[in-house]
Amino acid sequence: MKHDPAARISKKESWGDFHLLRLESAGLAAGASPGQFLMIRTAEGNDPLLRRPLSLHDAGPDWLEIFFRVAGRGTALLAEKKEGETVDGLGPLGKGFRLEEFGKGKAAWLVGGGRGIAPMYFLGRTLRVRGASVRVFYGGKTAAEIPLLEKFESAGLRPVCSTDDGSRGFGGFVTVLLENELKRERPDGLFACGPDPMMKITGSLALDRGIPAQISLEAMMGCGFGACWGCVHRIKKDGEGKWRKICEDGPVFEAGEILWEEA
Amino acid sequence: MADLNIDLGFLKLRNPVLTASGTFGYGTEFAPFLDLSSLGGIVVKGLYYGPREGNPPPRLVETASGLINAIGLQGVGVERFAAEVMPELRRHDTAVFVNVCGSDADEYFRVIDFLNGVDGIAAYELNISCPNVKMHGACPAMDPRTTREIVAGAKKRSRRPLLAKLSPNVTDIASIAKAAEDGGADGLSLINTLLAMAVDLDTRRPKLGNVLGGLSGPAIKPVALRMTWQVAKAVRIPVVGMGGIATGRDALEFMLVGARAVQVGTASFVDPGAAARIVREIEAECAARGIGRVSDIVGALETGR
Repeated sequence: MKHDPAARISKKESWGDFHLLRLESAGLAAGASPGQFLMIRTAEGNDPLLRRPLSLHDAGPDWLEIFFRVAGRGTALLAEKKEGETVDGLGPLGKGFRLEEFGKGKAAWLVGGGRGIAPMYFLGRTLRVRGASVRVFYGGKTAAEIPLLEKFESAGLRPVCSTDDGSRGFGGFVTVLLENELKRERPDGLFACGPDPMMKITGSLALDRGIPAQISLEAMMGCGFGACWGCVHRIKKDGEGKWRKICEDGPVFEAGEILWEEA
Repeated sequence: MADLNIDLGFLKLRNPVLTASGTFGYGTEFAPFLDLSSLGGIVVKGLYYGPREGNPPPRLVETASGLINAIGLQGVGVERFAAEVMPELRRHDTAVFVNVCGSDADEYFRVIDFLNGVDGIAAYELNISCPNVKMHGACPAMDPRTTREIVAGAKKRSRRPLLAKLSPNVTDIASIAKAAEDGGADGLSLINTLLAMAVDLDTRRPKLGNVLGGLSGPAIKPVALRMTWQVAKAVRIPVVGMGGIATGRDALEFMLVGARAVQVGTASFVDPGAAARIVREIEAECAARGIGRVSDIVGALETGR
């Protein structure tokens, strides 16, 4: 976990509201694993005050990528950054996906909704290197909201997609597409990130079938490293629901330990 | 190089920069980002006697140059603090202040009784801004008599120096400050967060799970500076100023109006190395101004024409 006040943007790609930045920083990339995140300052000065948590889209020995959607002023400012400029980052943070059991011969299904697709590229690539077989379920409202489809295809991550309006792929929610596929095949594990309802349904589809599932939760964060206690979610521990920190205890939790009712 | 040593009377600090309770976790979270021994000291997260659940989310709202929080003082309680946190903190050469909470007078006293038996604590900071169950959610710091009584009771039991941390949500902070001094406080720290709220016009809902929260960050600095000045003029005991301090300049401004030391709060969320950076910036600001001893600037504000 390092603070790099000047990670250089070496590549930027944009698709409407969606943006991908590649950052050159050996410090931020050191030890990075799928499911971890960065805390990024979107501007200098006091406003916006807080960093924004952004999932690792991909990483190598001395670089990382973030993929995000403009959701407010902070991400809008970040989207204005150009190649060659620098950003102030903190990371890698949080506990990522647990992959020990996903080696050769194991089937992993990755489910990403909207900007929640961000960590699935790094995760899919890493799982493939481990020898696991990977399928990706990628959902968005419209064809324009699933801009990374071709990237996943080129990487051999076998994506199938859904759009709420039917403009591309399966017409309907990605969870319905997932449920249909689960009738035909049974993976060894599910991994999901996206809007709360999507993660909740994916979690219960997995729990009903006894398939282990890891869910990456999202939250507004004050610090990102466990000091402010601002980003809590109800998590079952020793049979009891507790407010646990998403930044430090997560962001990845087992589907069975996430309690959705109260949070 | 400027002499940064500060004498609080009851405690000598290697420099005037402390971290503010609730913004520095239990201290160890920050060890990857800064050397705790480079600070004047740390004030750890508020402790009630038992573990606390805290408030339902959302717990944070970002505002213009500020942050509203309603964490609800979630925490581990004194026993786990003594068993798990203090052994870690004792390995660092820094003055550890423990922020003491209570939902009634008795709980403050029980926390102090317990912590008196724990090694490695330099002083207590009595958080009299906790909502008090017997005061229907108001905090002791809103009333001079309750402030004096709780401070006096805590001081009687305490085997360590005692700061009282004041709330800004009062009509006349100087009178509360004097009540804490009368109660026997060895020093005062201020300000705690400003009571605040944020609402969503579209959903017609409050933005915080707890509805109300406390505003911190650069947005509150002018209010904090004003209150620090008023309190420093009103009491003889040392004052520790805080509220929106993000740079060495900010810190020196608080000292100029009378703070003997300062606490860095919300800035540590944005820049986990902020407190150590501010020590370095104070040193540079002193050098640039030819200030030999940082303590010389305490209360040096000139208001005459």
